[in-house]
Amino acid sequence: MREPHTTRSGTPIKPIYGPADIAHLDSERDLGQPGQFPFVRGIYPDMYLGKPWTMRQYAGFGTPRDTNTRFRYLLESGQTGLSVALDLPTQLGLDSDAAEAAGEVGRVGVAIDSLADMETIFEGIDLGKVTTSFTINATAPILLAMYQAVAVKRGVPRERIAGTVQNDLLKEFGARGAWVFPIAPSMRLCVDVIEYCAAELPRFNPISIASHFRDAGATPAEEMAYTLADGLAYVRATLDRGLAIDTFAPRLSFFFYTYVNFFEEVAKYRAGRRIWARLMRDKFGAQLPDSQKLRAACVCGGHSLTQAEPLNNIARTTIETMAVACAGLQSVFTAAYDEAFAIPTELAARTALRVQQIVALESDVAKTIDPLAGSYFVEALTDEMERTITALMNEIEERGGMVRCLEEGWIQRRIAQRAFEYQRALDGGKVPVVGVNVHRTEADAAPEIHRGDASAEREKIDELNALRGRRSATAVARALDRLEEAARSTENLMKPIYEAVEAYATVGEIGDRLRRVFGTYTPPTGF
Amino acid sequence: MRRVRVLVGKPGLDGHDRGARVVASALRDAGMEVIYTGLRASPEGIVKTAIEEAVDVIGLSVLSGAHEPIAEKVIALLKKEELKVPIVMGGVIPPEDRVRLKELGVAAVFGQEAKLEEIVAAVRQLASTST
Repeated sequence: MREPHTTRSGTPIKPIYGPADIAHLDSERDLGQPGQFPFVRGIYPDMYLGKPWTMRQYAGFGTPRDTNTRFRYLLESGQTGLSVALDLPTQLGLDSDAAEAAGEVGRVGVAIDSLADMETIFEGIDLGKVTTSFTINATAPILLAMYQAVAVKRGVPRERIAGTVQNDLLKEFGARGAWVFPIAPSMRLCVDVIEYCAAELPRFNPISIASHFRDAGATPAEEMAYTLADGLAYVRATLDRGLAIDTFAPRLSFFFYTYVNFFEEVAKYRAGRRIWARLMRDKFGAQLPDSQKLRAACVCGGHSLTQAEPLNNIARTTIETMAVACAGLQSVFTAAYDEAFAIPTELAARTALRVQQIVALESDVAKTIDPLAGSYFVEALTDEMERTITALMNEIEERGGMVRCLEEGWIQRRIAQRAFEYQRALDGGKVPVVGVNVHRTEADAAPEIHRGDASAEREKIDELNALRGRRSATAVARALDRLEEAARSTENLMKPIYEAVEAYATVGEIGDRLRRVFGTYTPPTGF
Repeated sequence: MRRVRVLVGKPGLDGHDRGARVVASALRDAGMEVIYTGLRASPEGIVKTAIEEAVDVIGLSVLSGAHEPIAEKVIALLKKEELKVPIVMGGVIPPEDRVRLKELGVAAVFGQEAKLEEIVAAVRQLASTST
């Protein structure tokens, strides 16, 4: 007899499922109605019948002008939200002319040095209508302040400014690596943003607790467990600040990775919603239904895409998007087929968006809510995922919580081990990936790819020099001094950062002042 | 016989080190002595460590698209130190750039889908010729 199949999370899959597998299921208790506790069937009563998920393609490269052009193109193509990719210097609080930034300016995202750049990126785009997500973490307070400042300058009322800053540093320490400050001040800045948004920007998501652990090697169950455990750490840190749970929990949002393992992905999200709802209600006493909802966006693609035979990736992201639609997420980014080569060409970016539009409009998946509910397999798998995720979350709690586990490098080592195991399984042919280890074409032609414009860096540096010449140096110095002083106290830093941004202080100048006070993070050694 | 010593470097600002860690683990499993720089290693730091640790091969992982300027810098520094340590690179590197990297003096370039055994074999081969 052949070996039994297992999920990517390592639990067995039976050859067939039947009524006995879901006999224990109490539909009211375990699933609820859409929009009702525990939100397994979705967080809204009408789900996609009201409106389909937000189609939000991650984009941004080169100069702010280049990115503005791409954004307008995506909006004209029917995209419904914006998602800004930032270059690494911006993510790490460095200006375009910093020595460490050489060769990296505008490379993996757009380069932002000052408020002037944010103004250019959103030229001709109505910030009262569009919602914008920023994949920004260590410098999230700075970018949020810039976005708000642009909106305010254009007369958009602050209660209409809507979007998300990722602002999740724990997964930077655990998987993504774009950390700057040590863990404690990083948590402080993160909570500063949560507190500030609760008071000032009611429609802005101050955090998107993200699951980059998955792309670094974690299994789907581990991905959900680590991400929800991060969520617990942020909830506790914000409660410690003195905020009541229902004042901030409704605006906590999540971000996940969806790969091709269709049913397990659907089960992962349904289980995640049930776990989060119960934790928020029972552990933290959250009363508002909005506080109990796992609102989630996701990327379809990531490590599931291949460089070999890149057009195959369109099939992969289509299956992944179907999974997300069956799982009832709120916002989706489908990666482009050329993602494994470079940032997408215009054609690849458009095709990626079309995948979502085809799933939403041509397939019937959006015509009824939670279409896989009641499936023997999916419900049994949802329960199985819940057990696996909960067991791991309990282990993390026993080890002192996510912050402790990251400090000790436990999470990082586990993820690296999983990545190594996966690579060996791939090399050994145990995990089939078409075009890579099965049905492989030798010497497949590479697609046409996006070439970074080498002049972007020069242009950005020239602009930065011009900016330094025309702004008020005394106003900048005053604002930066005030920020540094605030950083040494326990004051919320959003207001001083906002003032510095308004004076056209740069990301690097603000970053330098904060580094002076907080120092920088040193990761655990080893691999 | 002396164990092969390899420096696995993660230069540039990018923090995605899944590949670097997986390759480091594979080389260690193959019996080599592996030194991993951690994230954001500077070209100067990489060359300094390569000298101090007397490595036979330097492996660099770059996913951000900045592979060319990074390779140029490391190779220039190695030349300055008159160090003849072969460099292998991996990451998100478009096929036509591989040619350019080899022209610069990179001994081998591996894509995302290279098998670990290929990488191990190449490193072993380069180590045997460099010492």
